[in-house]
Amino acid sequence: MKKILESKTLRITLYALLFAVLTFAAYTTASAQDTAPTDDEVNAIAKQLFCPVCENTPLDVCPTEACRQWRELIRQMLAEGKTEQEIKDYFVANYGARVLSEPPRTGFNWLVYLVPPVLILAGAFALFNAFREWTKPKSAEAGSGQDEEAGASSDEDDYIQRLEEELKNRK
Amino acid sequence: MFAEFGFGVLVISFITTIYSGFAAFYGVQKKSASLVESARRAQLLTFPLLTIAAGVLIYMLVNSQFNVAFVYEVTSKSMPTYLKVTAWWGGQAGSLMFWAWLLAAFTSAVTLRKWDRDIEFLPWVIIVSSVTLTFFIGMNLFFENPFTRFWQINGQIIPSMFAPMAGAELFTPQDGNGLNPLLRHPGMVIHPPMLYLGFVAYVIPYAFAIAALVTGRTDDRWTRITRRWSLWAWLFLTLGLVLGGRWAYDVLGWGGYWGWDPVEIAAFMPWLTGTALLHSVMIQEKRGMLKHWNMILVILTYALVIFGTFLTRSGVLSSVHSFANSPIGPFFMGYVALTLIVSAALLIKRWPELRAETEMKSMLSREALFLFNNLLFMGILVVCFWGVISPLASELFTGTKITVGPPYYERATGPLFAGLLFLMAVAPLSAWGLSTVQTLGRVIWKSALVAVVVTALSSIFYTQNVYALIGFFLITLVLATTINEFWRGAAARMHAQKENFFTALIRLMGRNHRRYGGYIIHISMALMAIGILGIEIFQVQTQGTVAAGESLELAEYRVEYRELASWDDRGAAVNYTRSVVDIYENGVYIGQLYPRIDYYYDSQQNMTIPGQHATLKDDLYILLVDWQPVSNSGATFKIYVNPLVNWLWIGSFTFLFGLIFAAWPDKDPADEPVRRKVSHGNKQASAAD
Repeated sequence: MKKILESKTLRITLYALLFAVLTFAAYTTASAQDTAPTDDEVNAIAKQLFCPVCENTPLDVCPTEACRQWRELIRQMLAEGKTEQEIKDYFVANYGARVLSEPPRTGFNWLVYLVPPVLILAGAFALFNAFREWTKPKSAEAGSGQDEEAGASSDEDDYIQRLEEELKNRK
Repeated sequence: MFAEFGFGVLVISFITTIYSGFAAFYGVQKKSASLVESARRAQLLTFPLLTIAAGVLIYMLVNSQFNVAFVYEVTSKSMPTYLKVTAWWGGQAGSLMFWAWLLAAFTSAVTLRKWDRDIEFLPWVIIVSSVTLTFFIGMNLFFENPFTRFWQINGQIIPSMFAPMAGAELFTPQDGNGLNPLLRHPGMVIHPPMLYLGFVAYVIPYAFAIAALVTGRTDDRWTRITRRWSLWAWLFLTLGLVLGGRWAYDVLGWGGYWGWDPVEIAAFMPWLTGTALLHSVMIQEKRGMLKHWNMILVILTYALVIFGTFLTRSGVLSSVHSFANSPIGPFFMGYVALTLIVSAALLIKRWPELRAETEMKSMLSREALFLFNNLLFMGILVVCFWGVISPLASELFTGTKITVGPPYYERATGPLFAGLLFLMAVAPLSAWGLSTVQTLGRVIWKSALVAVVVTALSSIFYTQNVYALIGFFLITLVLATTINEFWRGAAARMHAQKENFFTALIRLMGRNHRRYGGYIIHISMALMAIGILGIEIFQVQTQGTVAAGESLELAEYRVEYRELASWDDRGAAVNYTRSVVDIYENGVYIGQLYPRIDYYYDSQQNMTIPGQHATLKDDLYILLVDWQPVSNSGATFKIYVNPLVNWLWIGSFTFLFGLIFAAWPDKDPADEPVRRKVSHGNKQASAAD
């Protein structure tokens, strides 16, 4: 094996191969730089980021000069071949978590995501409990008397009932 | 001279409203009708007083008296007169004064009503109004004085009401700052007053609720008196929100109408509790239930109105620390806390007296479904409140700033809104008291069938997006059941009264404005939902730089750039850059649009005005982003296609109609039922009923 590797012709072939690969690689990266990132590609990322200086303005629509430069920065990074995640990470590292449209799911921020569903479920639970309470025990004794009372006190019920009767009679 | 006069009047109105509150309080304690009457008259006096103060401010705004700091901040010589007038609410001090002025107007209107058997409410309504008014005028006097002037001493300019030290001289700048160009749009001229009308009108139901709690008259009298107030408040708040959305769509240049910005949410939160209240008050009137809950809702609405004003005015949103620096922030916060504590204490005191008069019988009854509706509204409120609060909490407790943006709100509120649509379809069909699956099923199956067919068709011809299809299903269900309600009612009348369809429909609606106005509002909400769904799910966009004669393509549209011109309007101190583009749909020429950018020299700000081609199908929305100033050869455009969005605006118009219809007084005090067949012909009997 060693001998074969040392053989001169083979070594030349290997060098040639390496050279070919390198030139090809160089060629492809060069052509990638030729096709600059489009505005749409830039905006797709900028849309997910928030302007670090203006309040609550997504970066893709922020009209300030600073934001225009940030969009250029995204374009540059895209041209360098950075991925979407890398670009976002770069912005977070430089300007803090506030550039993300949602806080990262870590530590204190979990509260952002957990409090509303917990409260809503608690509300739903309370409501269902109240229903069980209301519909279960006393309704039998109060029964029909209240039904009539409710019917009489509400003109609209009466109205609907008559409407319904009307409809039935028609058929 | 004018500034001192205006300030003086403001001080007098402050003293008057404080007097009014105390007089009403002592009037109750001493059972003195004349003291209460004196309080009422003092309360009435605040309106003309504040009108004079406002008149002085407007006079100075129109006449460019830049010596006054507020006039300097919000106007400039080049502004047209109508904008100088509306600049009144274009800045902090002025808008707080505007708030106070509206409140004085509403309180006057309410104290002028015939009190007769509700006279015991009067002093407490006056007290609540005068406390609120004292708060707002106080803020004007002590923190945000619209009459503050510029003084010059030793080359220094000091803003102060009166000469800060001996030797100081009044200083008058050459020209004012000018109103923020974003606020010079007609939408912005009407949007804040609408929102404020809505905000302030909610003070009245709250005042009556507190009066009911204090006096122990906890029946539904207070809700009946304030029903129309709540309705108008709700109308103005909704209009304010819609106009704000339209303004954002036309002026802010980001192709949308709602960005879940905390300022927007601040106005949206009282709307949520207000809408819940509108529904649950009906349960109290029909069934004598939920008295506690209605109290809680009206208290919450009032607190959220103040909180909303606080959020937008205190600077707390930009940073917790600027809140601490702003003098009005802590003052506001304290007032909200005070209101909540006092209201809660009163509510707890009266808790046992507010027990329900009837029992809940079925989970499918109208009142039960209304409770679910309330649960969903409260759910959306929780999401909104928490979304606004958590960035502040994060900054306060961890020191890091975070953004809670649209993805959070959309994910959390989407299912809740869907649930609301479902209830909107089902609840009007269910009966008060008792409903079963059978009774509901019998009335809903046809509409459900229509909804299934429409959904199936749209899945074949329009979209396979699951969320969109769920949305379409629910929207069709709402439309079908609601329209069917009109049809059933009219058909019954046609049969019984031998009327033709239109007479029947008009008489049917005329007999019960509240009910059918409500249905029109439901239909409008469904139409608006179509627009919201369209833009949220199907919006597409592209951006590109093109030379003259070249085009950009998006969806079925092609936008061809023709030319661009830039010129100065010296008088208005604005530079206009206007582009001309031809638009083609599927290759067919459909017209020309003129996206432009206005640059305001005095405030050095750009305003991007889109070119819009609006149809029922979609909205083609083109923004001029950039251009090459020298060669005029190329320009950058951002193009959006916003499908179905115009249904949002159409729905807003029908909504307005529905609400005015609902607020229109019924001819008869009681709803006149459709006459039965047996009583048909017996006109005297039916006239008596």
